Amino acid sequence: MELILTQYVKEPNSFTLDFYEKHDGYQALKKAMGMPPNDVIETVKASGLRGRGGAGFPTGLKWQFVDKKIEPRYIACNADESEPGTFKDHVLMERNPHLLFEGCLIGCWAIGAKVAYIYIRGEFYHVQKVMEAELAKAYAQGYVGKNVLGSGWDCDIVIHRGAGAYEAGEETALIESLEGKRAQPRIKPPFPAVSGLYNKPTAVNNVETLCNLPSIIMRGAEWFTSLGPEKNGGPKLYCVSGHVKNPGVYEATMRTTLKELIFDRAGGIRAGHQLKAVIPGGSSVPILLPDQLDVPASFDDVQKAGSMLGSAGIIVMDETTCMVWAAQNLMHFYKHESCGKCTPCREGGDWLWKLLSKIERGDGEMRDLDLLNSVANNILGKTLCAFGDAEATPVLTTLKHFRAEYEAHIREGRCTVMGDWRARGTVAVH
Amino acid sequence: MSFHPLMPYGEGWHKSDRVLLEEGQAFTFTPERAAQLEDICSKYPSERRKSAVLAALYLAQDQQGYLTASAMRHIAEFLGITAAEVEDVATYYVMFYKAPVGKYVLQVCRTLSCALAGSERVVEALSEKLGIGLGQTDASGMFTLVEFECLGACDRAPVVMVNNEHWHERATAESCSKLIDDLRQRGPSALSGCHLRVEPVSAK
Repeated sequence: MELILTQYVKEPNSFTLDFYEKHDGYQALKKAMGMPPNDVIETVKASGLRGRGGAGFPTGLKWQFVDKKIEPRYIACNADESEPGTFKDHVLMERNPHLLFEGCLIGCWAIGAKVAYIYIRGEFYHVQKVMEAELAKAYAQGYVGKNVLGSGWDCDIVIHRGAGAYEAGEETALIESLEGKRAQPRIKPPFPAVSGLYNKPTAVNNVETLCNLPSIIMRGAEWFTSLGPEKNGGPKLYCVSGHVKNPGVYEATMRTTLKELIFDRAGGIRAGHQLKAVIPGGSSVPILLPDQLDVPASFDDVQKAGSMLGSAGIIVMDETTCMVWAAQNLMHFYKHESCGKCTPCREGGDWLWKLLSKIERGDGEMRDLDLLNSVANNILGKTLCAFGDAEATPVLTTLKHFRAEYEAHIREGRCTVMGDWRARGTVAVH
Repeated sequence: MSFHPLMPYGEGWHKSDRVLLEEGQAFTFTPERAAQLEDICSKYPSERRKSAVLAALYLAQDQQGYLTASAMRHIAEFLGITAAEVEDVATYYVMFYKAPVGKYVLQVCRTLSCALAGSERVVEALSEKLGIGLGQTDASGMFTLVEFECLGACDRAPVVMVNNEHWHERATAESCSKLIDDLRQRGPSALSGCHLRVEPVSAK
């Protein structure tokens, strides 16, 4: 298949403005600026482009909801890629930052914004330095800043560094963080499209989403939809990690099955081992078992299979992985990253982690399993943002599919699946 | 009459357990950093200087190695916000140091994909080599060892970040001892860097 997003990323100097200009860079911006903004929105709507950050919400619709009567308006680009198992935006930003800049500018043109803030996670400082150097060149060449392409239209791009907070990836928390506060979610409604950054209409879009815009403008909505199943058009980046031979970012259409991604693209399970479980969309989504992978990796099909495509971070685990341990590992992440705003999530995450730790070290009791269920179900759906649901998921999904493993831990008073890559226990890790 | 049940109010009951940051030495930004911060502030609406608070905290940390109460007060004055607002933010984000750290802060990713690739062993090996536990700094003051949550480079697991900035990919427990020795000798150039960065970053 023809690569759209990652076509050039492996070529030397693909991140430079020179390279980008030689490969039709900023032509889509020119074309978009020749169209009335509303036509750009209609084109994106017709393309069916769905947000690549995790929720899969149609981008064109999001832009349509942006209140055009209020000035100023903003684009906030979500480059806080923090979902465990996800590393696709990283590649785009480091190897092709001008694609993102062009996407931001097209977005700004469409909704009538004069600034796009790119909120990049603090850990990607090495990426940010590349982007800043390239952004300066784009300013110097008149693609960004005052009088874009000599049109009289002004549009700035600002790169804003976060400082280590998973929650900043939630759109309203990202806005709070941009405003110089703790990254904690707001009560919705109002949605950012009505009242977002500085209480002005704001479209929050993921990096990969914005990077799809130039090709949609150049090649049209029909081409884009034709690339994938219905309502799941366009190219998609998949991140495969864990116990596979060739972990990495793979571009494919959403017709590609999870099985193909894991076994063909990523080379299958490491030698001498068998597949045990797959988390298909970043750590926040339910597990799929080996016999559930013959489904297209699209938003809708993965959902039908009982999970979610999410951020397309596919984490693969082989038979050496203890599922109680895996849930405990993820729960450590969630208890650490909970922003603390909603009680069920803040308190519940810690309780879940303590219970899982107790079972994993061999001190569990059978009644703890009901307690796990109860605590998780009291977080689910009871928080302001989707973090709560994400936090409850590792426990609920492992209990559902691997209850026997939990029971074995409790019966035998020890971890029953000790991978040779696990800690030896020489350091008090937590 | 109170409807509250009798509570065992003891010594210190009413004291907040909020830990304030160390006062530290009197702090002002160097002229270069002040100018840099002013430039960053200009990227946000003029009445929204608070947006630059993360940048200000990074600059302060860069200047004196970690954050102190006096640095936060200075930032508050600089941005025209309250010291409480600065502290609120500084204590939320994990990339700010609230106490002195070693010259190299080793931030080992511990989340699932890195753990599946052996990051727990990497932590153990680093701990053994340095003779310190998590959150501690070694006797020479050179290294601090901490765990980090997902760094977003799961294809090159396990990943170690150093000083919030430098990357080391595909760490192994076996290579940790040499890595520490190399870091001692030649600094961050001992690290692998990010595999995506194959060419040197060209100047503006």
